[in-house]
Amino acid sequence: MRPLTLSRILLQCLILALILFCVMVLALKFGAIHVSLYGLGRDLLRVFLGKSSDVAAEYRLILNLRLPRILLGAFVGAALSIAGTSFQALLRNPLADPYVLGVSSGAAVGAILALLFEPHLALTPEIAAVFTPLGAFLGAALAIAAVYVLGHRNGQIDSTTLLLGGVIIASLLSALIALLLTTLPSSNFRGMTYWLMGELTAVPSKPLAWVLRIGFAVAAVVIYSTASDLNLLLSGEKEAMHLGVDVRRVRLIVYIAASALTGLAVSVSGAIGYVGLLIPHLMRMIYGADHRILIPASAFGGAIAVVIADILARTIAAPSELPVGAITAIAGAPLFIYLLRRRFA
Amino acid sequence: MTSAVKSGNRVAGESPRNTNEPRLSVEQVSYAYAPNPQQAPVFTLEATSFQAKAGELVAVLGPNASGKSTLLQIISGTLQPLSGRVLLDGNVTHQLEPRARGQRIAMVQQESQLLFPSKAWEFVLQGRHPYGKSLRFESGEDVTIAQNALAQVGAEHLVDRWMDQISGGEKQRVILARALAQQPLLLLLDEPTLHLDIGAQVDLLETLRRLAAENRYTVVVVTHELNLAGEYADQVVLLQKGKALRVGPPASVYKRDLLEQVFQTQLTVETGASGRPRVSILPGS
Repeated sequence: MRPLTLSRILLQCLILALILFCVMVLALKFGAIHVSLYGLGRDLLRVFLGKSSDVAAEYRLILNLRLPRILLGAFVGAALSIAGTSFQALLRNPLADPYVLGVSSGAAVGAILALLFEPHLALTPEIAAVFTPLGAFLGAALAIAAVYVLGHRNGQIDSTTLLLGGVIIASLLSALIALLLTTLPSSNFRGMTYWLMGELTAVPSKPLAWVLRIGFAVAAVVIYSTASDLNLLLSGEKEAMHLGVDVRRVRLIVYIAASALTGLAVSVSGAIGYVGLLIPHLMRMIYGADHRILIPASAFGGAIAVVIADILARTIAAPSELPVGAITAIAGAPLFIYLLRRRFA
Repeated sequence: MTSAVKSGNRVAGESPRNTNEPRLSVEQVSYAYAPNPQQAPVFTLEATSFQAKAGELVAVLGPNASGKSTLLQIISGTLQPLSGRVLLDGNVTHQLEPRARGQRIAMVQQESQLLFPSKAWEFVLQGRHPYGKSLRFESGEDVTIAQNALAQVGAEHLVDRWMDQISGGEKQRVILARALAQQPLLLLLDEPTLHLDIGAQVDLLETLRRLAAENRYTVVVVTHELNLAGEYADQVVLLQKGKALRVGPPASVYKRDLLEQVFQTQLTVETGASGRPRVSILPGS
């Protein structure tokens, strides 16, 4: 018997943080000419330690240019992975993922509608910064609510019905995105690739970046506080109830928090797919199914994965750039098929 | 009796009660269920009452769809009765806060399904969940309690095995150990013998009997096994179509006419070597 301890979690997180740091240095290096990895690593560390003024001049440009995008990728990966882990536990379905279930598409529709209405409402810049993520959150929450209702049969969540419900919602919402973008004067709007596939090209404005940080921190802490409850939910809602879990409360707050994470990620990157499926599975294979370690590990894993995917997206077909969602889908879709076949064989 | 299992952080304010007083009191509970509000309820449990002391084993019997599991869920406090109430040491079970309920009532379900495999010890430690705050890490005491719980059901050797790689009987023991780790006053079991061979069935009932005596649990078990219930239960609740036909010691409930009418088949009832009633089928008659 070797119960999980806080120190073990911290140690594993430290290792994952080191890997993330190395991957970020690597991401800084690619595309830049004549810079040393050592110099990049040293200066990135300086930035993280709040000593940006010490950064050597030749690296400052690279950091200013590339770091925001890398940080954005890390944020999106972490948010989507935590959301995927949460949905998998709540729906008791290892195939649940914000993209597969149409939650990301819901968020995209919400974000587009928010962008659409924003000019007509006299909003202060601060509120305007929150407006798109808020729309995305509402879209995500509505989509997951619809999937949840569709996935019920005789008062129980039915895996197959749930997935089919998600697929239908996702395709309906994708059509809606296409419709909205083609019928509207789209000069101010990002393209179809962005909303349907996901890109890391648009670095968020300063107030928006704060919304992302605070939103992420709050939602992640809320979800993590239910980690023990999520462990019990894996054996079913009734069993969890008998073991003292306030199932209704946990379900509600995790749904809201996971939808918020999806909404935040989608509002700044579009719908990047399969990260929330791939990473929780990989992390579960390494660390086990205990959410007390799985949630932080997924956050780091997701960040690492999206930063790597972004490196590939920028280098595979250089000088042209692939959408990062194309890379994650190429990696994620086969895994999805594999899991589907193993589960329903 | 392992002292560590009983020395939990039981909620203060619970004075040890007179042992002659019933610990569990099911008072006129009923339940109705309608798939939608316009339709008449398709299934009901009519007002049912019985009482049980600490250390007693109660068996709930009846044909399929007679309301056994519904009654058990109402007793557990996870299903609110339409009328009536269930008292456990003076507390109404469905009004207990989830964690308080988990410290008093443990349920062993028909089938415990695992989405992702876990080790037996991880599973048993889940029984300590009601004793922690929202996010918790198991203490040394929790580990001791979990080890003792496994020992009490004779499953120490399974501690490092994966739950999906052990036999049905072994799995049932680990699930029971998790319930013991909750240190409950009331132990509920929903058809625990369903997938067990006859040896494992007897073994389980013997274990329950022993646990009820050692730990002063009140045990309520839903079962189809008339003879096992007749042999091991102090009291039997016989249900038919949501109605409690008779409540009492097995000898007073196991009457040929009554059982034949309830189970719709010809039976004989004799007194076995232990002085307990034995039911046999009369095939082809």
